[in-house]
Amino acid sequence: MNLGLLEQYAEVAGGDVVDHLRQLAAPLAGARVLHVNSTKEGGGVAEILREMIPLTQALGLDARWEVITGDQAFYECTKSFHNALQGSREVISESRLHAYEETNIENAERLRTALAEADFVFIHDPQPAAMLSSIPERRGKWIWRCHIDVRRPHRPVWKYLRTWVAPYDASIFSLPEYAQPLPHPQYLIPPSIDPFNEKNCELPPEEVAAVRERFGLDAELPLVVQVSRFDRFKDPVGVIEAYRLVKTLTPLQLVLAGGGATDDPEGETVLEQVRRAAEGDPNIHVLLLPSDAHRTINALQRAADLIMQKSTREGFGLTVTEGMWKRKPVIGGDTGGIRLQVIDHYTGFLVRTPEGAALRTRFLLHRRDLLEEMGERAHRFVRENFLITRHLREQLTLMLALRYGSGDRIEVGG
Amino acid sequence: MENCGRPAHDVTPFAARDCALISLATGITAENLRELRDGLMRAPESSLYHHFWGRLLRPHFDEPEYLNDFASWVHHSLREKALAERMSLIDPTDYSDMEDVRHELVELIEQRLDESESVPWAKVDQRFYFIRAQLVLFDTGLRVEHPAELSALLPRFSTSSLYYHFIDARRRNQSHCDDFCSWLGAYGDQFSDLTQRLAGLDPYFSSLHETRHRVAEIFAERFGPPDEEWDDVNGPGRPEIQP
Repeated sequence: MNLGLLEQYAEVAGGDVVDHLRQLAAPLAGARVLHVNSTKEGGGVAEILREMIPLTQALGLDARWEVITGDQAFYECTKSFHNALQGSREVISESRLHAYEETNIENAERLRTALAEADFVFIHDPQPAAMLSSIPERRGKWIWRCHIDVRRPHRPVWKYLRTWVAPYDASIFSLPEYAQPLPHPQYLIPPSIDPFNEKNCELPPEEVAAVRERFGLDAELPLVVQVSRFDRFKDPVGVIEAYRLVKTLTPLQLVLAGGGATDDPEGETVLEQVRRAAEGDPNIHVLLLPSDAHRTINALQRAADLIMQKSTREGFGLTVTEGMWKRKPVIGGDTGGIRLQVIDHYTGFLVRTPEGAALRTRFLLHRRDLLEEMGERAHRFVRENFLITRHLREQLTLMLALRYGSGDRIEVGG
Repeated sequence: MENCGRPAHDVTPFAARDCALISLATGITAENLRELRDGLMRAPESSLYHHFWGRLLRPHFDEPEYLNDFASWVHHSLREKALAERMSLIDPTDYSDMEDVRHELVELIEQRLDESESVPWAKVDQRFYFIRAQLVLFDTGLRVEHPAELSALLPRFSTSSLYYHFIDARRRNQSHCDDFCSWLGAYGDQFSDLTQRLAGLDPYFSSLHETRHRVAEIFAERFGPPDEEWDDVNGPGRPEIQP
């Protein structure tokens, strides 16, 4: 058993939390758990699995991670699925659907033994979802884990995918808004952050200072940071508007940090709008960072006085969790998963307008005592609710529930 | 474990149990007060449990304004403060079962709908989602022979174990007693001071961490502070727990 790893988490999350995980895992000792997704590198799912697998193994389960492979037609098809599940009106040709089905059959064949013998199979997102029908001899429970915001899916595409997903034993969605009518239990498990990865680990003050210097930030001037891709639903222009409203009374600087240019044409347009809105103000820093700039983002969040996430539409909002973990209050849009994390007036403020964001920014910059108090509460709130240990606890609970019964109260171990 | 107030000669050791809660979608939602009433009428009992009790085991802030999710939504999304206040006063332990709680909630809403000329609506993105809970229960293997021993162990109880014995028990036990009071009751009047103090502790406005601290404090005042602190997960003072 990898006790060292568990002890590290015990130091951050609490010894009782890790004890609880051990107790929950005990009846599942040796269980073969197989996670399947479509990429080993990049993206939130790979990141979660990279952290979750060793922890699960440390608890005595036989956890494995397999990645499916496919050709360009397959990935074009699954990219269309992804967009359609998020509401885009995608038309997917028969040939692409054929590529999707064939790729799933081929991968199921390649992984047949592992898939058939696993006690629990977690299939992540739509890419490998059709494999289940190729493994009629499966002996374990199959769970479809949907990481996508599917509150308003494009119906024809969902109807197609539903035929593959419906035969699963259970599915998992991140928020209740995402759950869809399906003939099996739909579990709700919000995402989490890992306190030890590059995005969230403690950084030496010199590293934070170096990042400040690299981007020409003034250490003496209050700093507000929003980290998110340049997307209109993240309202970066609204954040600049809020900054300008604050600036007339309280000097400050703003960082808008986001990922690099994507294949999303709208992203380019929004970035252009943001650059225009920021033009001529040396205290607005629009930073286009590579997708692996995790330590830089970490340092920027740590350098900030407060974090902004003024989205008008949001999934869960892990950048909010990350900011809160760094003991920063968050001024967040009153939407989606931000509401689960920002408890108005306690861990930050929920706002609907640039004016609201400006008002709360001014308040916090003038009430340093409350800013620090809120930051401490925010950190505690994340520690108790949104760390990977909680995520793992819910995953173990789900496995126990699926193995030991389907009632409201499930006795484990007689 | 139910022994509330009943003396016993041979008191069975306290069996420390633990639990873990997992949330499930029900597919029932509400956008206005009438839909909330309709949802309440058809939601499974485990959903009422989730919105009254289960909230303590899932992400929530330590200082909630209301004691159940229904009241909170009625205030924050429907702006019906008076109704929220009335709904929040419903304490499920005052009712014989969750069906009575359901009936009371529906009655309060009906009354408000009768008084009102319009049906209060929530904004589109503030819909209420009825969620149900599954509770996985297990024996930790830990047995406690005497209340003084329990006093030493309480600071290391998991918050979910504390939830199971101190909060869930009030619903589970017919007497609405928590498990600690039930067990202490088996000693007759010997620990009545302790049971009275525990019964007076209101756990609904605190986090489970805070409640654990307060319960441990009450025990420590009665039996003295624990002999030693456990410094880490497998530290020298930590008792052996066999799952």
